[in-house]
Amino acid sequence: MSHDHDHEHSELSDIELRVRALETLLTEKGYIDPPALDELIETYETKIGPKNGAMVVAKAWADPDYHARLMNDATAAIAELGFTGRQGEHMVAVENTAETHNMVVCTLCSCYPWTVLGLPPVWYKSAPYRSRAVRDPRGVLAEFGVSLPEQTNIKVWDSTAEVRYLVVPQRPAGTDGWSEQKLAELVTRDSMIGTGLALDPSKLEEAA
Amino acid sequence: MTLSETIQSIPRLPLDQDGGPVFGAPWEARVFAMTVKAHEAGVFEWREWAEVLGAELAKDGDGSDAALGYYDHWLNAFETILGAKGVAGSDQLKDLKAAWDDAARATPHGQPIELVR
Repeated sequence: MSHDHDHEHSELSDIELRVRALETLLTEKGYIDPPALDELIETYETKIGPKNGAMVVAKAWADPDYHARLMNDATAAIAELGFTGRQGEHMVAVENTAETHNMVVCTLCSCYPWTVLGLPPVWYKSAPYRSRAVRDPRGVLAEFGVSLPEQTNIKVWDSTAEVRYLVVPQRPAGTDGWSEQKLAELVTRDSMIGTGLALDPSKLEEAA
Repeated sequence: MTLSETIQSIPRLPLDQDGGPVFGAPWEARVFAMTVKAHEAGVFEWREWAEVLGAELAKDGDGSDAALGYYDHWLNAFETILGAKGVAGSDQLKDLKAAWDDAARATPHGQPIELVR
């Protein structure tokens, strides 16, 4: 590549050229449709987010029957709310208790339950998170500002292309009688990956 | 950048908490979406994709001194699987890359770059 940049014309980086070449080829062969790509990106960026997952968790907190169904067969329970995976992945819900804290990682290919959590955050895909979460989960949690009692076991779940995990965080105290909608506001994306806890109800009031 | 710098520790509401940009650049979103759509069009099974991507990522060992970003690996893996499926040959891609490069150079800065075929 020439180093005497001429700023009069446009320039695409090597990687952008590769991506455009692929898009042109796949479009010409009829496998993809550029406007559908835009729509998909938009959906993942803004429409799904972690809202779907938060609704699942809030319903499990509020409705014991739904809770039982979720723990028994998360794929079906999540589908009840209309959220089904694009890749046909199998979902498993793991629940945090005073004794056990669950945390999800993918050590190899960063599989992520997009349907319920939207797009993975940058750090989830980062090599340091992937390798350290398994070796030193307590240290990683500390970096996220989460410190758990010594006696709490930390269980790290390695998601795969076939099985993806949804952490059900502990329901915060002081939320008796709350509606599912209000409860869902306490459920952060990180709390469903296990790198965070559900929000404190007092924080929600401050933010509101 | 450390994890704690990446994630602001201030808890945010589910509606607007993003933890920073999900994609580092528009091309990353593009290649992500193309992969999902190509899968939906039946070009490959998602399991096959996971294997190819996993093998590509494994080239970095445990990733602690990774020279390439996650989506660089993703793009390599996508080219690999499309080649293996006979959908995109390296020669075809090379020609298209050159065509896009020419189109960019022929486009005044700030104008949308279009490939005339």
